[in-house]
Parts: sequence; C-alpha cells; structure tokens
Amino acid sequence: MELRYTGGVAEKEPIQIFNETMRELFSEDDKVVYLDADLMGSLKTAQLWKDYPKNVFNCGIQEANMVGVAAGMYLNGFKPYIHSFSPFASRRIFDQVFLSIGYAQKSIRIIGSDAGIMATNNGGTHMSFEDVAMMRTVPNACVADVSDPTMFKALLKLTKDRNGVTYIRTARRNLKDIYMPDEKFEIGKGKLLKDGNDVTIVACGIMVATALEAAKELEKDGISAQVVDVVTIKPLDEDLILACARKTKNIIVCENANILGGLTSAVCELTSAKYPVRVKGIGINDSYGCVGSEDFLRKKYGLTIENIILQVKELLR
Amino acid sequence: MVLSSQKTLEQNALRIRKGIIQAICSNKGGHIGGSLDLADVLSVIYTDFIRIDPQTPKWDNRDFMIISKGHAGPALYSTLALKGVIDYSRLNNLNNPNSLLPGHCDRNKVPGVDATTGSLGQGLSIAVGAALGAKIKDSGQRVFCIIGDGESAEGQIWEAAQFAAHYKLDNIIAFLDWNNMQIDGSVEEVMSIGDPMKKFEAFGWNSTLVKGDDVLAIQKAINFAIESPNKKPTMIVLKTIKGRGAKCIEELPNNHCLGFNDDLKEKVLEELKERAVELDMEEEQWN
Repeated sequence: MELRYTGGVAEKEPIQIFNETMRELFSEDDKVVYLDADLMGSLKTAQLWKDYPKNVFNCGIQEANMVGVAAGMYLNGFKPYIHSFSPFASRRIFDQVFLSIGYAQKSIRIIGSDAGIMATNNGGTHMSFEDVAMMRTVPNACVADVSDPTMFKALLKLTKDRNGVTYIRTARRNLKDIYMPDEKFEIGKGKLLKDGNDVTIVACGIMVATALEAAKELEKDGISAQVVDVVTIKPLDEDLILACARKTKNIIVCENANILGGLTSAVCELTSAKYPVRVKGIGINDSYGCVGSEDFLRKKYGLTIENIILQVKELLR
Repeated sequence: MVLSSQKTLEQNALRIRKGIIQAICSNKGGHIGGSLDLADVLSVIYTDFIRIDPQTPKWDNRDFMIISKGHAGPALYSTLALKGVIDYSRLNNLNNPNSLLPGHCDRNKVPGVDATTGSLGQGLSIAVGAALGAKIKDSGQRVFCIIGDGESAEGQIWEAAQFAAHYKLDNIIAFLDWNNMQIDGSVEEVMSIGDPMKKFEAFGWNSTLVKGDDVLAIQKAINFAIESPNKKPTMIVLKTIKGRGAKCIEELPNNHCLGFNDDLKEKVLEELKERAVELDMEEEQWN
C-alpha cells in the first residue's frame, strides 16, 4: 500500500482533525453531539462550542455525569461523542461506561486524549496505561489507538452509528502522517504497512511510526521485518495477525500502554489459541506514569526505535 | 389537564402493590421495601401525567421514567403491567433463569423501561441527559426520575443536580424516596442526608416535601411543577415508609430485600384485600 510517511510531523494535528471532523459530522447529522468536561481548551474546541450551541455541551468537571448525560441523550435520539484526557475518559468513568452505556446497549464514542506517555508533563496522574486493558473488557467495545490523523478522522466518522462503546485514544499532537488522505479504513481491519519475512512488528498508536523507522533500520542489518498497524485493538484483525504469524513465526508487539491487557495480551490471546508463535511485547511493563518529555518517556519505557531493534534481534537470536 | 380522584389514584396504587407482591413472590423474595413505598408516586405519575404509548413503548417523543434506585424494578414492572405495556403474566418471572424480568430495572429486557439501573447514582445523570435532549429537540418531553435517599450519598447525584440547574432543565421532575432506611441501618446512622430539600434548593432546584403516600399532595406537586415552569428542575422529596402498604412488612426492622414464604405472602395479600374492600375493589382478584 502507498504511504506518505516521511518521519516529519503531520500536516494537521489531531486537534485540528477533531475540530474539522466534528463540523462535518454536525452538518451531516444534527443528532451528533459532542460533550466535554472542561477540556475544550485542551482540544481547542471553544469556537466549535460557540458555533454549534445545539450540538456542543460543556459538562464541567463531571466526567461520570457526562457519561450519564450521554446515555440520556442517546435515549432521546442523539449520537454522543465525549472527550476527556484518557485516564478520566476510562478509569474514572469505567462503571458508568460499562453499565449506563455498555450493559444498557447504548452507543457512545469516547475520545481519550493524551493517551499513555503523550500526557508528558502532566505526569503520572494524567497518564493512562491501563485504559486499553479496561476498555477491552467491555463486551463488544471497539478500542482504537490512533496512529495518524487520517485514521483519526476515519474512526470518528466510521463509528457515528456504531452500537456499544467505542473508545478512541489519541495523542493531541506530534503524530506523524502515515496514510494517504484518501486511505479507507474499516473497524476490525488492520493495515500491513510494510512486508517482510523474518519478524512481524504489530503496533498501534504512536508506536506505528516508531515501528516503521525500526523496520527501516533492521533492513540495513539484513533483517526483513513486516509492520502492521492494527487500527483497532478490539476487534482485532485476526486474519491479518494470523497470516503474519504463519509467515514470520515471530512477533514483536509495540504499544504505548500497559502490556498487561493491552495489544500484547490481545495478540497473545489470539496466537496462543490459533497459531502459537513467539510474541514479545514492547510497552509499559506494569508501571505507573511519570512526568517528562515525550523523548524522555520513550527512553524510560523503551518505546524507542533502538529498543525495537534490540528486542527484534534478541527474539531472532 | 384532567386530574384523577384520590380514590382512583389509591386504587391504582393498590393494584401496583399487588403486582409487586406477585413479582417478588414468583421468585420467593426480592427488594420489597423500597418497591412498595413507590406505589403511590408511580400511581400518580402513570395515571395522570406521563405521556407514553403502551402499544409503542419506544415512541420517540414519549416522556421518560428513570428509576435511578434500580432495585425498585418490581414497582416499575408492576406499574407497566397496570398500564398494559407488559402483560401481567410476565410478573411471574422475576429473576427466573434467563429471566425477561431482572430484579433491577433493565431497558433491554422489559418494554417500557427507559434506563438500566442498579449501580447507584447513575440514573439522575441519564435523566438530565434525556431532558437536555428534549430541550434541544424542543419536543416538550418531560423526564421523571426517582432516586433513593441512601443513593444520594453517591457523588454523581450531585454532579447531575448541578448540571440540571446549569442547563435550566425545568422539564425534569425528580423524586427522592426519603424512607430513611438503607441496607446497613437508618440513613441517619449510615450516612446522614441532612435536609435534602435545602440541599436541592442550594443546587438551584425547586424543592418541596410531600408525604409519600398522600396521592393528592403528590399530584398537586407534580401539577405545580408542570404548570409553573421557572427554568429550574424540580425535586419532590417524598417522606415515605419503607414497605408502605403492608403493615407486616413495614414493621420489620430491615425490609430492604426479603425472602417470601407462603405464610408471609398470605399475610400481605390479606392486608391488600382489606384495603381493596375500603376502596370498593372487592370484585378484583386478590389471591
């Protein structure tokens, strides 16, 4: 497939994509509403709030109530999108999401921003590594980690009428452009970004670009790595992962989340049952977050090109 | 608006109590206390005020009823049977295997139930969301919601209260079931609620105290909220007696969730039958 990955910063930040896409959604469907919990400033949606008084509502710092409000608005025919920082959009509201939306068979899209280490200087209090694991356990939930702005836009649009809980975690900035602007996405369909024979790097979110860089470096050492962006961690593209497992027999998973219950777990659950291969996870190893720049945190938790190369070589040794 | 007589409302309340007993006895037990004490308010709401279509429970522009204290499922189910939304025979299936009548309110199993509740504190938020939706639609829909006094210890109740006032949701008419009992003792012992009227007033609501079994007072309070909207949500605090309507239940020290043997069932039905005679309903089946 054709990519536009250059390693440079994306043409449009996720914040801009969110604003543009919500405008499009509001004009396509007047039942779309966006609720925020006093973090419109962080998502730069203040103008959206002014422009769409019947579609945009600030719930104040009431994340739990915001989920209930979304549940009630769904009951009355609306299609809610809610946003907060990822820890407050997952662990803080888990029971509300699980029961008032999931168990009650309603529909919601939750945008958890500053996912994982991308909370940077907000530190451990604002850093969610566990959100993927939690949300994966909600029956029929869709869990996605955004790797690229084009994908973010597609996910926002694709899930407008999706039933159940949809959890989209994303960075607010510093994503790379990976996909061509006209790339088509499907829920549950991953993307094979680079083919290879020796090892498969299965990645999500910010780790997809890192994996592409690592694969490029590995080529220089004669190691042919394929790179997969799962797009949705749940539902997982089982056919694609199993095809990769059969081909390379070795999988490295890269995620900006706790590998306990995260994408690493998802890949292991699948392969151990259907085609056992060696799987090694690069992600957060059962740790809390901390304050730091993206670079510092990548090094601290091993989310670097160098660590992927190292782990691939160890796996293949 | 034509309002019903005291006798009609009390007759319906009695019918609701009978259905509660039918449902709870079908599984030899359940959340009886906090179900019985809602029979009067449910009778008033469903006899005189709520706009639903029993043949089309999911009618888009219906009024909503959110029972936030989800364990009062039997009270709502019995009321829905009275209204013809569900068949009375369904009340024989409370919590049976693969039940179509879970003890806690379940919108996916029981037609006419608007909210799935049971994890306390969440229903009022759902109510305010539905009410905000009605304001955006300009549909004139009203949202009724019943919360518990013990439940009011949940912080989310007060988040929703603040939200409803902020968005001027005067289409919410909520009720606080102030029976002063919760599982581990009286509300005063476990987690005092203080003065709930003052609390809701301080949160920007209209608030009024009504005797929980005084159907005419409840009717008047609801009617006032509807006829005199003032851009504030309304909380009608119901001073209730947990287990109201059956002395043999009321008198128990803890009637939150009871097992039912035939003896207790007979005693309760005997009391309901006596009340039926007072209300000229002898011809109805009471056993």
